[in-house]
Amino acid sequence: MDSWRSAPAVFWITLIPGVAWLLLFFLVPLGLVWLLAFGERAGPVAINITWTLDNYRQALDPLYLGLFWKSFWVAAVSTAICLVVSFPVALAVTFAQARIKPLLLMLVVLPFWTNLLVRTYAMIAVLRTRGFLNDGLEYLWLLGKTLATPLGLGDLFGERFQPLQILYNDAAVIFGIIYVYLPFMVLPLYATLEKLDRSLLEASLDLGASHWRTFWRVIVPLARPGIVSGMILVFVPALGTFLISDLLGGPSSQLIGNVIERQFKAANNVPLGAALSFLLLYATFVALALWAWSNERARRRAG
Amino acid sequence: MRAERGPLDYARRWWLRAWLAATFLFLYAPIVILVIFSFNDSRRNIVWRGFTTKYYLKALQNDSLIEAFTNSIVIALVSTVVSTVLGALLALALWRFRFPGKPLVEGANALPIVIPEICMGVALLVFFSRIGLMGGLSWPWSLLPVLIGHITFSFPFVAVVVRARLEGFDRALEEASRDLGASEWQTFWRVLVPYMRPGLVAGALLAMTLSLDDFVITFFTSGPDTITFPVKIYSMVRFGATPEVNAASTVLIAITILLTVIAMNLQRRSSGRGEVVP
Repeated sequence: MDSWRSAPAVFWITLIPGVAWLLLFFLVPLGLVWLLAFGERAGPVAINITWTLDNYRQALDPLYLGLFWKSFWVAAVSTAICLVVSFPVALAVTFAQARIKPLLLMLVVLPFWTNLLVRTYAMIAVLRTRGFLNDGLEYLWLLGKTLATPLGLGDLFGERFQPLQILYNDAAVIFGIIYVYLPFMVLPLYATLEKLDRSLLEASLDLGASHWRTFWRVIVPLARPGIVSGMILVFVPALGTFLISDLLGGPSSQLIGNVIERQFKAANNVPLGAALSFLLLYATFVALALWAWSNERARRRAG
Repeated sequence: MRAERGPLDYARRWWLRAWLAATFLFLYAPIVILVIFSFNDSRRNIVWRGFTTKYYLKALQNDSLIEAFTNSIVIALVSTVVSTVLGALLALALWRFRFPGKPLVEGANALPIVIPEICMGVALLVFFSRIGLMGGLSWPWSLLPVLIGHITFSFPFVAVVVRARLEGFDRALEEASRDLGASEWQTFWRVLVPYMRPGLVAGALLAMTLSLDDFVITFFTSGPDTITFPVKIYSMVRFGATPEVNAASTVLIAITILLTVIAMNLQRRSSGRGEVVP
């Protein structure tokens, strides 16, 4: 690596455009939001920066704190289910034949290349009251009823088919988050499992450990970096999600992202929205710091 | 077959295969159903009433949908070009030079990648309304806020991808080129850029898909009279799922799949040029 003094012209030409862009269109806007969190509304648009802490105080009252807590839980549960679903998938891809491995990887990645809104919309089409899942269930119900009636069991199925209310609740939001972010979990898991030294597994099996024990005592500890990265990659966007809870959730399953969106659009309470965004940002930083700390600890243990 | 199975042939275990199949079913069934039923000749979704393309024609005749689609494509193309240039330059600076404050620049580059999208969305919304960029502009300038937003979240990804590619570059090649009498400029274009190429292609395609995939930033940065494809679909979805939305979504899915295929072919070709693949 050269010192920048060795070719200052090249250095400035390559560095300035990107840094200036980041400064102007990212750091300045972010700083503006940080500043507005200390402001008071003085009209429909005007906001005076008075360095008040009222917005943060309001953002930390039980109503919003409860929403943060709920967002945290929804994100945590989604992340946990993603991990449980993804681990066998990553294992299967890792140990698949070299010939079909690229195909399997592409199948994992492809949904991620499809627009977030389109995927969320597909979920609605499947889950809503008159959606594919309920219509499929109705078909099964009809089939069951037709088969059971000659046997005198028709009453078991009731007069009419009752569609399940699957959409517009917390479970639908969790389902949607898992559906959208699953590839984010599979890929880092696969990346670490792929590098895993297989002779360690053979050694464990040769020494008499069962597959189950080998999984918990050898594979899981070695796959730790991938597990942690995957959890971060799912947890962080899930914590700030707003589209999924907006479209799949009901009135009671609003998350912090929806509240932030409302402050900036319909409710027009920019200072409160700014304070809430920064609290969300700080929560994200805590998650990232934990991740960095976990990586550091793993590296120290290895070295 | 069973006798051949080694202890580590996990992929041959039936339950693991079933798990894999179930996961793929979960990931693909909704999209496949969406695509199939966009050709269904019925407003009600589940019952198949024969093949039709009338909802595609309807979508084609929907002027605001077409306008939204054009806007999205224009934004994606311009954002890809600008992001690739910005990202590649920053990657070169970070790869080649030691300088005071480098960790700060690296951190600033990583920040747009890691922060929640909604935080970036509201920040850009506030910033653009302050400087008077939201609303009141005529086409194509009305696309500027969305475009700037897309470049801002795309080019840091390009910088990461290109820098990763550059890490594998043997600087002796640069010295050889200089020793043989090439200028710095010639060395850059004849030696470094061809080496960077797979990284540039990968970065550009990533920028393109990020732009086409985005909803959140677009939602916040599009003013009252700039309609882009995701925002248009969003308002249509809020009114209820209709076959037109299915058709429009199918078109978008087809475009991204097409791009993926092109990407894979390009990457295969450019990495098959006798270069060192990272």
